[in-house]
Amino acid sequence: MNLKPATLAQIDEVITHYPVKRSATLPLLHLIQEDAGWISKEAIEWIAQKLELQPINVYEVVTFYPMFRQKPIGRRHIKVCRTLSCALTGGYKTCEAFQKEFGCHTGEVSADGEVTIDFVECLASCGTGPVVMIDDDLHEKVDAAKAKALSDQIRKEALKK
Amino acid sequence: MSAPSQRRLIFAHIDEPGYTNDLACYLKHGGYEVMKKAFTRPPAELMDEVKKSGLRGRGGAGFPCGVKWSLVDRKSGKPIYLIVNADESEPGTFKDRYIIHQDPHQLIEGTIISCFANNVKQAYIYIRGEMPHGARILEKAIAEARAANLVGKNILGSAYSCEIYVHRGAGAYICGEETGLIESLEGKRANPRIKPPYFPAVLGLYQCPTIVNNVETLCHVKHIVDMGGEAYTKIGTPNNTGTRIFCVSGHVQRPGYYEFEAGKITMGQLLNEVCGGPLPGRTFKAVIPGGSSAKILRFGERFMGKRKVGADMVDYDWGVEDVPMDFDSLAMIGTMGGSGGVIVMDDSVNMVEALANINAFYSHESCGQCTPCREGSLWMKKITTRMVHGEAREADAALLKGVADQIPGRTICAFGEACSWPTQSFIAKFGDEFKNYHQDKKAAKPADALPLI
Ligand SMILES: Cc1cc2nc3c(=O)[nH]c(=O)nc-3n(C[C@H](O)[C@H](O)[C@H](O)COP(=O)(O)O)c2cc1C
Ligand code: SF4
Ligand code: FES
Repeated sequence: MNLKPATLAQIDEVITHYPVKRSATLPLLHLIQEDAGWISKEAIEWIAQKLELQPINVYEVVTFYPMFRQKPIGRRHIKVCRTLSCALTGGYKTCEAFQKEFGCHTGEVSADGEVTIDFVECLASCGTGPVVMIDDDLHEKVDAAKAKALSDQIRKEALKK
Repeated sequence: MSAPSQRRLIFAHIDEPGYTNDLACYLKHGGYEVMKKAFTRPPAELMDEVKKSGLRGRGGAGFPCGVKWSLVDRKSGKPIYLIVNADESEPGTFKDRYIIHQDPHQLIEGTIISCFANNVKQAYIYIRGEMPHGARILEKAIAEARAANLVGKNILGSAYSCEIYVHRGAGAYICGEETGLIESLEGKRANPRIKPPYFPAVLGLYQCPTIVNNVETLCHVKHIVDMGGEAYTKIGTPNNTGTRIFCVSGHVQRPGYYEFEAGKITMGQLLNEVCGGPLPGRTFKAVIPGGSSAKILRFGERFMGKRKVGADMVDYDWGVEDVPMDFDSLAMIGTMGGSGGVIVMDDSVNMVEALANINAFYSHESCGQCTPCREGSLWMKKITTRMVHGEAREADAALLKGVADQIPGRTICAFGEACSWPTQSFIAKFGDEFKNYHQDKKAAKPADALPLI
């Protein structure tokens, strides 16, 4: 595993939070996914060794929780809320708008590698629907026009890199 | 009768201009003074205040907090853990989010007081994975409090030590269920545990006695210890004490979060006055009063019976608008106050399509351990989705009900009830819409109709 020194330090620190090492499974998966972008087979084995577990103990966790991914995604992650309150205010249209903007379906990486769009369940901001998370940031009341503006911004930021 | 004004206890500083989430601001507003006062009293006395207050859990079930604490096994000699349930995953609920982001120290103070009262030395805040900023804000707030000796070893020289760590979930709704949460915190799949024997109060985290409370519940504890349990009962109504935060979403003019004394406001006042009524040209059709698993109410239906007011039994005859927003009144009319998530639908909504949306959620989120829940939630989703996107049949209503009726009472956790109540109640209240859907769906849809599935 080729992890940043800061990640390794955080991993060693977080393990001390629990009387039982296995509890650090989710925190380690988060830290490694933040560092490497996704969870590889190698990462699963590395975590298992670090926490004195069998790889299956880590693998079954990876496959259970929707936020852990076993393959790389686009550079930006767009999550549109699908659940009722957002749907009542246009969530399905918002999701469609993003798919049109980037020419890809949910769950795919766009051709330019820039984004992955996912249609996810309730993000606990139902009063300001439709809501969208782009990476770590929540965006509220995202109608088709706002979806376009956010997409333009993503493309502009991509050019700067 | 016009709506009472808001009573902001928990949300006193939410959205207040100039109020920031750092320790300095919290201290400036009297922060941690209640904790200091609490440390001078015997823990049993604090537990007693909470019991007297009548506080009911704000996570969904409305279980009395003082009773929950009194069930904790204190004789085993094992450490007692406290877990803050910050999973906020019930659709329609968005209140803990604002406490975490804007007033994290209120939660930390409430947590330390609750830990002190219960002789807990280690607490975990389990926050849903989709709130990365929230997790960072909590971590920063705990670090600040630790640096000021308000959390950690020998707090303010009291000889009492208590540590708090933040633990992030990863996108699974079932982690909100307390025993699923405990499994998740142990580093496993969030498969809920069977009760008995795994009552958290006896065999919880690491098989030790464990208290699981919602974020808002623990904030209430701070205010109860501050004003006294007796004084707290003066807020709200008997058996529904304190304030409640209502999270209103869907088809109203002013969706948002509103805090009122429990039971002092009716559904009609909340939706029509506080939230500004239906959208222009629309009328209210249905409302789900306590998070997406609560049974739906149909505008126009009436509820009749007898209820206790003081020492007397009085007749009531309510429309949806007349129902007081408290645990007991909502239970009386066959639904629940739950998590306070009020989801409103107007006459533009087709009930088959709305149910299909809800069923897709529960099918996605079932942990899969129990056959009735895993298969039942999947088939309810398949049937309602087919009705919308494929062929609909008159017999589908009965078929759906048949599936839903086989789930509750036959599963390990209350998700079984949560996933079947929507189907059962939608069909009970809007049966004709389901029976006629195969005809009605052929009619042209208005151009602005929103897809729900
Ligand atoms: C399927 C399911 C999901 C739940 N989700 C949550 C949740 O997101 N947040 C929460 O506080 N409680 C949730 N609960 C309730 C918890 O199991 C538990 O009762 C609660 O956290 C206890 O806290 P309280 O007594 O302070 O309400 C859920 C329960 C079930 C059955
Ligand atoms: S009822 Fe559903 S969510 Fe609960 S344990 Fe059974 S399968 Fe899992
Ligand atoms: S329904 Fe979209 S945030 Fe809750």
